[in-house]
Amino acid sequence: MSDTSQDSDTSQDSDTSQDSGTSQDSTTEEGLTPVIETSKEPAADRHGGVPPLLEVSDLHVSFPSEAGPVRAVRGVSYAVRPGEVLGIVGESGSGKSVSSMAVLGLLPDSADIRGSIRMDGRELLGLNDAKMSKIRGKDIAMVFQDPLSALTPVYSIGTQIIEAIQVHQDVDKVKARTRAVELLDLVGIPDPHQRVDAFPHEFSGGMRQRAMIAMAIANDPKIIIADEPTTALDVTIQAQVLEVLKKAQDVTGAAIVMITHDLGVIAGFADRVMVMYAGRPVENGPVDEVYYRPRMPYTIGLLGSIPRVDDDERRALTPIDGTPPSMVSLPQGCPFEARCPIAIDVCREREPELVTAPGANHPSACHRSRELMEGGGEGLLDPETIYPVPPVPEAHEIERLPRAERTAVLEVDNLVKHFPLLKGAVFKRRIGTVKAVDGITLEIKEGETLGLVGESGCGKTTTLLEIMDLTGGQAGSVTVFGKDVREVKGNKARKALRRDMQIVFQDPMASLDARMPIGDILAEPLKTHGWDRARTDARIPELLELVGLNPDHADRFPQEFSGGQRQRVSIARALALEPKLVVLDEPVSALDVSIQAGVLNLLDELKSRMGLSYLFVAHDLSVVRHIADRIAVMYLGRIVELGETKSVFHEPSHPYTQALLSAVPLPDPQKERARERILLTGDLPSPANVPSGCRFRNRCPKYLQLDAGDQQRCESEDPQLQSLAPDHTAACHFAEALAVV
Amino acid sequence: MLRRLANYLILVIVATSLAYFLAALSLNPRSNFEAQKPRPTNAQIDATLKTYNLDPETPVVVRYARWVDGIAHGNLGKDIKGGSVADDFARKVGVSIRLLVIATLIGSIGGVLVGAYGAIKQYRFFDRWTTLASFFLLAMPVFVVAIALQMFAVNINESAGSTLIQYTGEYNPTLSGFWPVMLSRLQHLILPTITLTLFQIAQYSRYQRNTMLDVLGSDFLRTARAKGLRRRTALMKHGLRTAILPIVPLLVYNIVLLFTGATFTETIFGWHGMGEWLVLSITTNDVNAVAAVSLFTAAVVLVAGLLSDLIYSALDPRVRFS
Repeated sequence: MSDTSQDSDTSQDSDTSQDSGTSQDSTTEEGLTPVIETSKEPAADRHGGVPPLLEVSDLHVSFPSEAGPVRAVRGVSYAVRPGEVLGIVGESGSGKSVSSMAVLGLLPDSADIRGSIRMDGRELLGLNDAKMSKIRGKDIAMVFQDPLSALTPVYSIGTQIIEAIQVHQDVDKVKARTRAVELLDLVGIPDPHQRVDAFPHEFSGGMRQRAMIAMAIANDPKIIIADEPTTALDVTIQAQVLEVLKKAQDVTGAAIVMITHDLGVIAGFADRVMVMYAGRPVENGPVDEVYYRPRMPYTIGLLGSIPRVDDDERRALTPIDGTPPSMVSLPQGCPFEARCPIAIDVCREREPELVTAPGANHPSACHRSRELMEGGGEGLLDPETIYPVPPVPEAHEIERLPRAERTAVLEVDNLVKHFPLLKGAVFKRRIGTVKAVDGITLEIKEGETLGLVGESGCGKTTTLLEIMDLTGGQAGSVTVFGKDVREVKGNKARKALRRDMQIVFQDPMASLDARMPIGDILAEPLKTHGWDRARTDARIPELLELVGLNPDHADRFPQEFSGGQRQRVSIARALALEPKLVVLDEPVSALDVSIQAGVLNLLDELKSRMGLSYLFVAHDLSVVRHIADRIAVMYLGRIVELGETKSVFHEPSHPYTQALLSAVPLPDPQKERARERILLTGDLPSPANVPSGCRFRNRCPKYLQLDAGDQQRCESEDPQLQSLAPDHTAACHFAEALAVV
Repeated sequence: MLRRLANYLILVIVATSLAYFLAALSLNPRSNFEAQKPRPTNAQIDATLKTYNLDPETPVVVRYARWVDGIAHGNLGKDIKGGSVADDFARKVGVSIRLLVIATLIGSIGGVLVGAYGAIKQYRFFDRWTTLASFFLLAMPVFVVAIALQMFAVNINESAGSTLIQYTGEYNPTLSGFWPVMLSRLQHLILPTITLTLFQIAQYSRYQRNTMLDVLGSDFLRTARAKGLRRRTALMKHGLRTAILPIVPLLVYNIVLLFTGATFTETIFGWHGMGEWLVLSITTNDVNAVAAVSLFTAAVVLVAGLLSDLIYSALDPRVRFS
């Protein structure tokens, strides 16, 4: 498979071999070190005299809108050399995607694009569609974010890859098809001969993204632009896809421009990184430089606001206050000024240039970057301390009690939820069972946060809904505040229970009624539970203040708030009745990192202040690690590992937990490069088709290392949770701790 | 699929039976004969009605049973003038098909193209004007358009000095020979085809414009172009191909149902097709003809349903095998 370009024309072959020659030393695991280490020269120099493959200079893009031109990109310059990986990081609206769409010439006609985009010295800006079409997909290929909507639903995967090949190469259909099968094999699609005829909806998210990559490398491109290629995917799948991207790069020798909001993904993947804010690059340099010696408060803030899986001590995150500015009416001066903790007068007057400050090794756009030196010192600013670290909230009295002495607010015992799989229009017959939740036992004590983690489709949400349903489920029992919900009869009694347990949903856009002012949204639960008018009116400003919103804004509608503020409204609504237990279903996954930190801090603070208990459901392990006291790892409707957070993260003992943890990228380039990933094979099996014995065995890396007798045990015996430490259990016959972070 | 066919068949049977009962009970074929001059005797009328299976004295269930028995033997009964309904039927279906095939083809393809192009050029000149024209047409009754067209044709004919465009009937029965008849048929087809086409384009283009607009912003179109497809190729191959899916059922139903729904056009232009026949048979209290038209309409709905299912599943892999 190494010579994948055999079918392409000869000129391409020679191109490829040249490119891969240069890429080898910069991208393979072993070869990664030379650049970064301690070298004092800018990384761009390491390719010596190699001219840049892609050179974007002073790119400006604006779109007309009713409020005036939206200046989405305002002066972006970068160069990508052959075989190099450039990461572009920024929050939503920072202009990172728009600038790469401009490179491909895929912006709508209404966009006003100025500047220069050159590939191999040739100006691309201003080329007509016919000429750009010859470059798109051949020299510059693209991998998009959401692989379901990015593939045409009505054509098979094969057809779409063949199309990509035939647009640029003069080969017949049979040959193109052979090549398509080869490509699918290369990106790790099992059974490529059959799967080539499958349609996009028959593929899982990870498989679709692999197919996208296959399509992107079909013509041995010189540059692959990947726009949030793993954002919609689970961590284990993300790790697989990143691996495939790396492989694709090795095979084609292409340079990669990786656009993402995830600093962790970039850390291990990119050679250089460019941080964007409000349409401009604010910092640009080799990853190690930018991660370890940031010179711009925004970068510093971003790095400080992400929770990390390798964080041991419980610290408050440093959120960046405020929200990014509107791109229509940008303030004069530095666009970050309003959110910046070290802004001075000049910041309000003049926008800083992207320049290398004296004593720095990479350019950054900050008037004070020369003062921002590691460690601080006389007349200097220490990047570690420029953001006021919110105090770790003082523990509530309940939290200070030993766990055994607290009472349980929620006990779930062997909860089961099976959905019948029906077939037939008139007479339904059962053809199978979806075992969404298949025997779950957990317990939450007062003042405790239990994090429930697992990949999408593992049954997290069903578990939540079953608990909130308060009917007791199909089997097993749910006990809330000491009362078995089966015993709670009548709507009145159930309503009383409900008031003590509230839920916050994932999407703050969808979970608030857009036609109600937030004051009414907050009043609704109060009214439902019979609060009188005066008490309600007094409660609303109190609640808004509690979650850090302006009480005067009670008459505003949800769309007038940003995502983070809306999620605060959701939290306020949940807290209105002073519940004891709050169920949080992925409460921060729709938010940008700098906003997410603020919401997490708020949750932490509220918990300590009010003595709340949380059931926190998330797929992001770093978030869970940050907030949870105990953690339950779910796989295919079962809990496979359960225990105190520290213990589970330090000594993950179930192979699935280990794989999950090792798949989480760290925003730390050196650690990230040194890490070894446990890659899981394949996708999460369907809960309608649970494997016999241990449900994880068909993806289990440990299973493969066992001898036949032990394997037999995994196949026939369903492992039960067994105790490993005082508060740490794992459901594996051969549980063994393995540190992976 | 088979189950669906069975469901449709049951629906057809129920619909035609109900239509038969309704027609048999509410229409009064006797009045036709009473109005004849010279008026036949009551005994004659009774006898005729009896032979036509229209006798009001016979219980309607019995008449229905006889009618069904007739259908089973390919006999649709006699019309009010004593002719065979089956013969009428065949002739009128033929007329409708000749009238509609061209109009439907141009109308659907034109509607799809106009709508799709309007979406691509959203808010530009073409889009604004086709939108305006579509709503203008849709707001107008058919006969206004048809008569306006006829007046227009008269003007053209006058200025040309000969009858270029015919506006009544199907062809000139006095002509003979293949080419003269063919030419005459075409001359007669022009106006009704234009009428039907205009309305179809107006209607379909609105739907197509909306579905196309949805697709235009889609990620897969961007992917197609990122692969190196030109804008136009991507728009046709990936955009239009996907945007056409949601309107397939609408197109199929409308086209097939037009066979009995082009009443005004047929009447105004003097084409004796199914649509005209339906109205005519009701006004002439022709129970058997009404029943036959209802049977045909129901069958056509069945065909439309099946066709749209088949076409849709052929076009969209996501609904296959489910």
